[in-house]
Amino acid sequence: MLAAIGVGQVEDLFDEIPDSLRAGRLGDIPPALSEMEVARLMRERAREDGEPLCFLGAGAYEHHIPAAVWQLASRGELYSAYTPYQAEASQGTLQILYEFQSMMTALTAMDVSNASLYDGASALAEAVLMAVRANRKTSSRRVLVPRALHPAYRRTVHSIVRHQGIELTEIPFDPNGGHTALEAVGALGEEAFAALVVPQPNFFGILEEVDALTDWAHGRGALVVGVVNPVALAVLKPPGEWGSGGADIACGEGQPLGIPLSSGGPYLGFLCSQQALVRQLPGRIVGRTLDLDGNPGFTLTLQAREQHIRRSKATSNICTNQGLLVTAAAVHMTLLGAEGLARVAAACHANTRQLSEMLCAISGVEPAFDRPVFHEQALRLPAPAADILRSLAAHNVLGGYDLGLDYPDLDPALLVCATETRTQADLETYRSKLSRIIATRTQPACPVQPKI
Amino acid sequence: MSNVPDDLRYAKSHEWVRDNGDGTVTVGITDHAQEALGDLVYVEVPQIGKRLDAGEACAVVESVKAASDIYSPVDGEVVETNETLGDAPETVNEDAYGEGWIFKLRTNDEQELDGLLDADGYARLLEDED
Repeated sequence: MLAAIGVGQVEDLFDEIPDSLRAGRLGDIPPALSEMEVARLMRERAREDGEPLCFLGAGAYEHHIPAAVWQLASRGELYSAYTPYQAEASQGTLQILYEFQSMMTALTAMDVSNASLYDGASALAEAVLMAVRANRKTSSRRVLVPRALHPAYRRTVHSIVRHQGIELTEIPFDPNGGHTALEAVGALGEEAFAALVVPQPNFFGILEEVDALTDWAHGRGALVVGVVNPVALAVLKPPGEWGSGGADIACGEGQPLGIPLSSGGPYLGFLCSQQALVRQLPGRIVGRTLDLDGNPGFTLTLQAREQHIRRSKATSNICTNQGLLVTAAAVHMTLLGAEGLARVAAACHANTRQLSEMLCAISGVEPAFDRPVFHEQALRLPAPAADILRSLAAHNVLGGYDLGLDYPDLDPALLVCATETRTQADLETYRSKLSRIIATRTQPACPVQPKI
Repeated sequence: MSNVPDDLRYAKSHEWVRDNGDGTVTVGITDHAQEALGDLVYVEVPQIGKRLDAGEACAVVESVKAASDIYSPVDGEVVETNETLGDAPETVNEDAYGEGWIFKLRTNDEQELDGLLDADGYARLLEDED
């Protein structure tokens, strides 16, 4: 092939890239393995994960996934489907994407949804870019971001928007409530801003005062970007109904909708908006239409936003979707229905409340904040969180997220989560192990002096 | 042959300009441009108050086939935009030189219009393009 195109060696094809930008030799890549060797390696690696009892959330959640979800998503027609440019050959894929979009707009109470992005954090970055583009009331490129937003989301947004002249201003959280107080955002002064990001629930599981925050931002000519958990939306007020006008954009992580934890990915991001902003919405959008004979059909629509048409002026460089994961999410939501999803959300909430009460009965453990939560609870600990988590792991319990890593002011504290998959016996196992570990670490020294 | 009214000035990028005689000009796209684009489905107008340089991309027309930038033919400040295009972008197809106008500019220098093509010049440009 090199001879056919008149090139001496593969390296010559990369001449355009300056040496300073080359990655250099990838010396750590081991030699090729046979299928048998790879299978064995993967089994060994998987075994290292173990199957711990999971009380860890912090952005990715262990939910029950009906067997039918991946049975259906793994069908060859769906498993291998890619971006469906050819509507005449892709009606099945297009309809599933359309149904996914319809369900996401129903969950968020927004007008339109795209066909998904890579994950929740990058969906938020796209939402921030979109808000700055769309806000014609101000030329400000400043966006307010609560410190109570997921730390990984904050880092991702920063990485993506920092070279586009967008300034992110962090809003502190209330030390008692763990929420983003209106007084704290009000204290930022009169300087204009393009958008306010509102997480619901926030990283600490706390429910934010979404109505007041939305109305406040709209009163200042800013747009509101909701970052929401799709399971929580089954029981909470959807972003489209926040305040008097509703959030302008809603985004989040779709993993809780039928996607296994799988060590952190692949997941899917979702992004929805009000109709007025649809031309600023990045990513694929599938629409329903009529064919020449008047029969309903599905097709990619509003493609003039996208880079294969608008080139450098496209809304985003995103030109794809997480097709397989969207398929799983659409099947998952269809199997559960609105009622099933609401029952999952209620069970998660009840389990987490109960776990929190049980753990707080242990001496030295107490809630870090006094506000209501959805399905996660921040707990203060009487000993270093990393040590406690290590001891719990030795007992095959994944005890939660060490909050001190991102919030030194809360250290030592743990973020715990008990989804609907946790039983009474699971909660009791966690309580008893944590109780014993804390007792050994905080036991006072023996008051009796040893005889010499 | 496209309709090229005598009383307008034209840019090579297929915008027309009407001198309103009060220091403002009206800008739209030519009959030839709307014909070439096909049925318009969306028009993004510039922001009122925005200062534009001649040749600056300031609006977008989107058809079922493509999205194209509209360039400001002269320097000026946007004083009015055609809000009816939000709900009825097809007005540009139906009446490119009338109801289908896109925005109005307050110009700094009316002599600038002399630098644009007149009807004959624009008609010749179209012939050359064919």
